[in-house]
Amino acid sequence: MARWPSSGSRVPVELVRIDDRMIHGQVVVGWGQPLDLRFIVLVDDAVAASDWEQELYRMGVPPSMDLRFDTVADFAARHAGYVADPRRGVVVAPDIPTLARIVDAVPAIRSVNLGGIHHRADRTQRLRYLFLSDAEADVLRALAARGVVLTAQDVPSARPIPLDDVLAGRGDR
Amino acid sequence: MSSPPGSAPGHPSHALAVRGIVAGHGEFAAGLVSAVDQITGRGASFVALTNRGLSGEDITRQLADALTDSGALIVFTDLPAGSWTVAARRLQRERPALIVVTAVSLPVLLDYVFQSEVAPVDAALHAVAKGHGALAVVGVPSAG
Repeated sequence: MARWPSSGSRVPVELVRIDDRMIHGQVVVGWGQPLDLRFIVLVDDAVAASDWEQELYRMGVPPSMDLRFDTVADFAARHAGYVADPRRGVVVAPDIPTLARIVDAVPAIRSVNLGGIHHRADRTQRLRYLFLSDAEADVLRALAARGVVLTAQDVPSARPIPLDDVLAGRGDR
Repeated sequence: MSSPPGSAPGHPSHALAVRGIVAGHGEFAAGLVSAVDQITGRGASFVALTNRGLSGEDITRQLADALTDSGALIVFTDLPAGSWTVAARRLQRERPALIVVTAVSLPVLLDYVFQSEVAPVDAALHAVAKGHGALAVVGVPSAG
């Protein structure tokens, strides 16, 4: 059972999702519809610098959903505003290095959703939707040691799996 | 026998020219193509792709390879906001002749597969119109 807030409460924008597909069906529909998300902040320096890339991601997002593109620095500067926004929203980061930079820049972030990191030659499969290299696992352990709560969960109906269980191979593959 | 990553299992292998890529989540594409084959015997006109287990970069690479290998000029995707659509639109930048149809359905593919004598863009437009027309709510009780 998902531990996300029920429909009557606000999604904390502090919860950042890592997803290497960034804006796609699972985010826009899978999370967006049941949680009635009204804004998504994609934090990626490269996309923030490319109008063309932004247009790609804007295309499929419904008009009721505001899509913002931030660099890590911009996100840090705007984070308080996002937290104060009465609408529901999520933050999406494409990879673990970006996540680490976000947490460094915004220490108020206390929870992270590991939503989708897929196969690469140097990565080992930890869950069906989560592959991590040893270096990436070390970064996540370091974030956890700083008090950031990291759980893996691809869709709202899935069971959130704590980082320790993910790294110990106790999650479902 | 296992399928290569990203390819959906079970699509037919008759000697028809491939005229389109069908790309979706889970087994959506393979299911649609198998349905086209059952109805028309022309399932081999399509290559079915799934994004299961693929990163965004892998999805784009998989689609580019499928287009190159097949010579197809049209991609049918499931979700307008989905990763296949993003990948297909990204590829349009380097392949301006590429046509992308989103929210594909069986009526769309059934129409397209029989439009083999016209240009792909005209076939696509005709098929999309057919798909729009096929959407209906049947059996709604009358008010009052």
